[in-house]
Amino acid sequence: MFKKHLLSVALGALVIAGASTAVRAEDTYIPLVSKGFQHQFWQAVKLGAEQAAKAANVKITFEGPETEAMVDKQIDMLSAALAKKPQAIGFAALDSKAAIPLLKKAQAAKIPVIAFDSGVDSDIPLTTCTTDNLAAAGLAADKMAGLIGDAGEVAVVVHDQTSRTGIDRRDGFLKQMKDKHPNIKIVSVQYGGGDQLKSTEITKSILQANPNVKGIFGANEGSAIGVLNGVKEMKKKIVVIGYDSGKQQKAAILSGEMAGAITQNPIGIGSCTVDSAVKALKGEKLPKITDTGFYWYDKSNIGDAKIAAVLYD
Amino acid sequence: MSDPALVKDDKDGMTTGDAVAALRRRLLGPAALQKLLAFASLVLLMIYFSFASPAFMQTDNMINILQATAVNGVLAIASTFVIITAGIDLSVGTLMTFCAVMAGVFLTYWELPMWTGIVAAIATGALSGVVSGTVITKMKVPPFIATLGMMLVLKGLALVVSGSKPIYFTNTENFSMISQDSLLGAIVPDLPIPNAALILIVMAVFASIVLNRTALGRYTFAIGSNEEAVRLSGVNVDRWKIIIYGLGGAICGVAGLLIASRINSAQPALGQGYELDAIAAVVIGGTSLSGGTGTILGTIIGAFIMSVLTNGLRILSVAQEWQFVVTGIIIILAVYADMLRRKRA
Repeated sequence: MFKKHLLSVALGALVIAGASTAVRAEDTYIPLVSKGFQHQFWQAVKLGAEQAAKAANVKITFEGPETEAMVDKQIDMLSAALAKKPQAIGFAALDSKAAIPLLKKAQAAKIPVIAFDSGVDSDIPLTTCTTDNLAAAGLAADKMAGLIGDAGEVAVVVHDQTSRTGIDRRDGFLKQMKDKHPNIKIVSVQYGGGDQLKSTEITKSILQANPNVKGIFGANEGSAIGVLNGVKEMKKKIVVIGYDSGKQQKAAILSGEMAGAITQNPIGIGSCTVDSAVKALKGEKLPKITDTGFYWYDKSNIGDAKIAAVLYD
Repeated sequence: MSDPALVKDDKDGMTTGDAVAALRRRLLGPAALQKLLAFASLVLLMIYFSFASPAFMQTDNMINILQATAVNGVLAIASTFVIITAGIDLSVGTLMTFCAVMAGVFLTYWELPMWTGIVAAIATGALSGVVSGTVITKMKVPPFIATLGMMLVLKGLALVVSGSKPIYFTNTENFSMISQDSLLGAIVPDLPIPNAALILIVMAVFASIVLNRTALGRYTFAIGSNEEAVRLSGVNVDRWKIIIYGLGGAICGVAGLLIASRINSAQPALGQGYELDAIAAVVIGGTSLSGGTGTILGTIIGAFIMSVLTNGLRILSVAQEWQFVVTGIIIILAVYADMLRRKRA
């Protein structure tokens, strides 16, 4: 039948075209199931993982659901990854509990699990390659204090109040201000879902309600860009501090619109995950948490080799 | 009931008493052909993936596919009813989430017994469906807009009720069994089919019976073929439509329980986008978006095509970017094949 033919030929062609990375049985294979894949941050994690995989001569795949709400889709991905009988697995949990039955299955099958970016409520992962977000946001608070003269009103735009990174970056920033910079008053903490447009609107309403705000901290890439746009639209001159990188944030830092930002080391997170998996396969002992580090960057050091290597476009 | 628009429906008992002709239509008619075509595509896909990777045709992986199909399959069943009436329900995904969150409220916050909580969650779904149906019929808001509105209302309510946090089923120890355990596997150890898949099958059988053997099913087809003719023949179309949307809502409630049990928590931000997967499964299964025709079996096959494709591409380690491209093209080809068949018929 013509139609059936068409269907199978087209499917076959497409699958073959896409399947250039198909796995051979004799390779050491380590699938990474991430929290996402479309954001530049995850692409940078993927890049780091690929570099480490090449160096260690192992095969990896990298995938994650379209949005960070799709817990069930991530579970499906993890199931499929386990079905491929990998030698080890890397996993960045969207929900710290939902995947535990599957991780137990991996443990029973003696497949080492390496967590990355955010941890799991379980001791199954041999290590977690992650950023110390509390400390990183604390550094942002110190920088903010320095830039506004250690006194005045400050606001925070966070991506959400449910994810580990959202909670830690918010709390890290607020705690550091409270402990070390008592003359700084946090007038508003708002949540924009990491959506640039929503964060823009939020920033504008913060500035409308608090005309004396001297600085705003945007706690992830989308929030930071939103803060930047909101400040620009309101024609204000205040200190903006961002998080992560991306083309827009880098340009804003170079042009002076943004004072600076905290960058994690996404490439390091990716390579740490693969390296840890390889070490686990060799039977090496791993620390409970592997801190992959973070840096402050601004106009003065954005070009340094150490910084440039961890920034992404 | 002699309107020619009604006669084209391919279901038995309604327009003709001729059992032989009806049987012939069932086996060889256009709907059967579409089902056959869809089924052939499914088999073809499975054969292809089996040859392409030894990891595909494994018990573990087949169970993965069954688990992955259950939620979308049940949502697609709910959508099938509405789509046959020439309507659409964009709220099925967020309604599923809202029902899951309400199950969390009933079981974890109010500490109701499990079965009471389950019934209450399904009733929540039915109630929401009745609201959609009422907005569509009494306020005359087109289904697309009415259910788009409901999609957002329910998304918001799920976040409000849950306080934007996942609700864990800590007071209901057996809750995860609904989806994850295998009742069948306990009896026949060689068939560890997860309960989620059994529930999908039970829902499919139930929906088929409703669609083919009850007045509600007959009116579903009739309204989709020619709503005006049905109205003129003295049928209370509004009431039937509200019941159909209510039934769809109740089925979404079942999907909500399945997904909550699967991930052992009610995730309030989940759900948007799931309505499109459900609609895709329905149309791949040969149900026309213009209403009047459709089968539950087709929908189930459609849902399996979607999940086999997703799983198979993952097993082959096809880059994720390409997975979307392939899935999109398959959806277009499946509906195109249906169009060709219709033109010829």
